Amino acid sequence: MKDNDVCIRPIRKQSHFIEYTLTFSVIIWFIILVMAPVYGILREVIRNGAGIFIDSISSPAAIHSFKLTFWITVTAIFINTIFGVMLALVFVKQDFRGKIFLEGLVDLPFAVSPVVAGFMFIMLFGPNGWLGSWFGSYNIKIIYALPGMVIATLFVTLPFVAREVMPVLAEYGIEQEEAAYILGASKWQTFWKVTLPSIKWGLVYGITLTFARSIGEFGAVLVVSGSIINKTQTATLHIHQQFTDFNYAGAFTASLILAVLSFSILIIMKCVYKRKEKGYRWA
Amino acid sequence: MGIVVRDIYKRFGGFIAVDGVSFDVREGELVALLGPSGSGKSTILRIIAGLEIPDRGEIYLKRENVTALSPRQRKVGFVFQHYALFKHMTVEKNIAFGLEVQKRKRKDIEEKVRELIRLVKLEGYEGHYPSQLSGGQRQRVALARTLATEPSVLLLDEPFGALDAKVRDNLAKWLKELHVKLNITSVFVTHDQNEAIEISDKIVVINRGKVEQIGTAKDVYEHPNSKFVASFIGNVNVVDAVIKNGLIFIKDTDFEIIDRDIDVSVDRDIVLLVRPEDILVEKDSKQEGFPCMIQDVHYRGSFYEFNLCMGDTYIRSVKDKDDFLGKKWEKNQKAFVVFKQYKIFDASEGHWEIREKLRQLGYIE
Repeated sequence: MKDNDVCIRPIRKQSHFIEYTLTFSVIIWFIILVMAPVYGILREVIRNGAGIFIDSISSPAAIHSFKLTFWITVTAIFINTIFGVMLALVFVKQDFRGKIFLEGLVDLPFAVSPVVAGFMFIMLFGPNGWLGSWFGSYNIKIIYALPGMVIATLFVTLPFVAREVMPVLAEYGIEQEEAAYILGASKWQTFWKVTLPSIKWGLVYGITLTFARSIGEFGAVLVVSGSIINKTQTATLHIHQQFTDFNYAGAFTASLILAVLSFSILIIMKCVYKRKEKGYRWA
Repeated sequence: MGIVVRDIYKRFGGFIAVDGVSFDVREGELVALLGPSGSGKSTILRIIAGLEIPDRGEIYLKRENVTALSPRQRKVGFVFQHYALFKHMTVEKNIAFGLEVQKRKRKDIEEKVRELIRLVKLEGYEGHYPSQLSGGQRQRVALARTLATEPSVLLLDEPFGALDAKVRDNLAKWLKELHVKLNITSVFVTHDQNEAIEISDKIVVINRGKVEQIGTAKDVYEHPNSKFVASFIGNVNVVDAVIKNGLIFIKDTDFEIIDRDIDVSVDRDIVLLVRPEDILVEKDSKQEGFPCMIQDVHYRGSFYEFNLCMGDTYIRSVKDKDDFLGKKWEKNQKAFVVFKQYKIFDASEGHWEIREKLRQLGYIE
C-alpha cells in the first residue's frame, strides 16, 4: 500500500442515540407534567365559552380575591426585597457568633410545610396566642385578617431574595466597595451607586420568585385567613372555593389567569436575563 | 515627610501579618515595598490607606496623625491589584466617581475627566465598560479614577501583578514617567525585584512582617544586609564553604578563598552568596581562579548564561554577548572562575531555609 493510499475514516462513528433519547424523554416528561395540565385548563375554559369566562372573572368575589392577592403580593415583594437584601448583606459581609445557625434558619420556610407554618402563626397570633392576645388588647386582628395573610406570605417567601442575592454578593467581593469608600463615597452612596447595581440581577430574580410564590401561595394563607368570601379570600383560595362548590368554570378561569400571570413574569424575566447575558456591558 | 509609618503591628487570628514595621517616605518619593507573598507587604499598604486598622502603631500623612481616621478622611489614592473598577459603569463614569460623590460641579467633573483620559492615553474609550478593556487599559482607568480626587499620596497594590510581561514593562516605565510628571508621593507593593529596582527611588524589603532592609535599589542590590535580602534581590548562587584552621575553603575542595575581612578565628560552616554577573569565567587562570567545568552554555538574547560545575557545587554565571564573541565556549570544557564580589553569611543562621527557597524559585537545582 502506498503512503497516500491510506483511506481516511473517522476514528469512531458518532452515535447520537443517547442524546436523542435524552431529549425525547425530557420533552415527553415536560408534556405530561407541565403542558398537559395547562392545556386541560385552557380546553375547559374554551369549551365553556367566552360568556362564562367573563362572567366568572367579573363576579365580585373573584375581583375581590384578585385584588387581595395583588396587594398581598406587592407588600410581600416590598418588605422581603428590603429585608432580603439586608439579610444577604449581613450574612455575606459580617461575621458573628451563631451565623451558621441563623443562615440555616433562613431556609426554614423552604423546609416547613406551608400548612404547618400557617398553624404556627395561629398559635402565635391567634386570639389566645402569645402575641395575638397582646394585639387583641389594642383591637388589632391579625389572624383571619389581612395582617396575618401578609405575615404568612412573608414567611414563605423570605428565602428568595436573600438566597438569590447572597451568592452574587459573595462573588463580587469587597474590593469595589473599598475603592468607592477610598474615593470618598459614604456608606450610603457606596450602597446605592456600587453595591446595588452589582447585585441587581440576583435581586430581579429573587423578586420574580417572590412574586410567583406570593400569588400562588395556598396552604399558609388558607390556615391563617379562614378563607372568608369577599374578605380574606385570595385568588388561590377563591379557586379552591369554586372547585369545592362544583363551579368548575369559575375555578378554571381563575386558574388560567394565575397561570398566565406567573408564566408571563417568568418569560419576561428570562428574556431580560438573556439580553443581559448577550450584552457585554453587564457581563 | 510624605508618609511616616511608626511601629505598626497587625495580627489576624494567630498569624502575625505585620510585626513592628517602621519606615518613612519622603515627599514626592516613589517607594517599593518588596517581599515574597505572605510577607505582610499588602497589609502594610492597606493599613496606610486605612482599610485595615493596626493593633498598634501610628501612621502620619503629611505630618498629620491619621491612625484614627477612616479611608475617606485620609484622602489617599489606592489602586487595587485587580483594579476593582465599577463593572456597571463606563470608563468615563468610573473616573468621575470620586468627583461625583463629592458633588462637584458637572462642568468641572467633565473637564477633569477629559484631562485624565488624555493623561492615561485612553481617548476614544470613554464609553467602554471595563469588561471591554485589556488588562493594561483597566489598570490605567483605575489609576485615572484614583488621580481624579487629587490624593496627597498614591498607594498601589501589586500594580502590574496581573499583567503579562510585555504590558507590565511598558506600564511600569509609564508609571515612572507619570510619577516624575506629577511628583506625587507613592508607595507600591511588589514581589518582583526587577520591578522594584527599575522604577523605585527607595526599596523597603519586607519579610515575615518585618522590615529587612531599607535603601536605594543600588544599596539593596549591592550591599544586602541579610541573607534573605541577598537571595531575594536578584538571582544568587549559593556556595557552601568552611573555615578551618584560619583558612577558608570551598566545601569539599581545596580551593582557598583569600578574604581578610572575615573573622577566621572560629572554625565553622559559611555560605557565599555570589551574583551570576559577579562571577568571571576565564579560559585560562591568569588570575587566581578556581577550576571548573562548563556544563552548559545558553543563549539568552543580550547575554549568554553559563552553568558551571565546581566540584559538587553548581553555579550560574552570565557573560555579555560582546565579551562572548570571538571565544569558543563549549560544553564539558575546562575553565576558571573568579568571584569578583560576594557576600558571606554564617551557615548556622537558617542556611537550609534559604537554600530551599532558592530551589523553589528555580535559582538553583
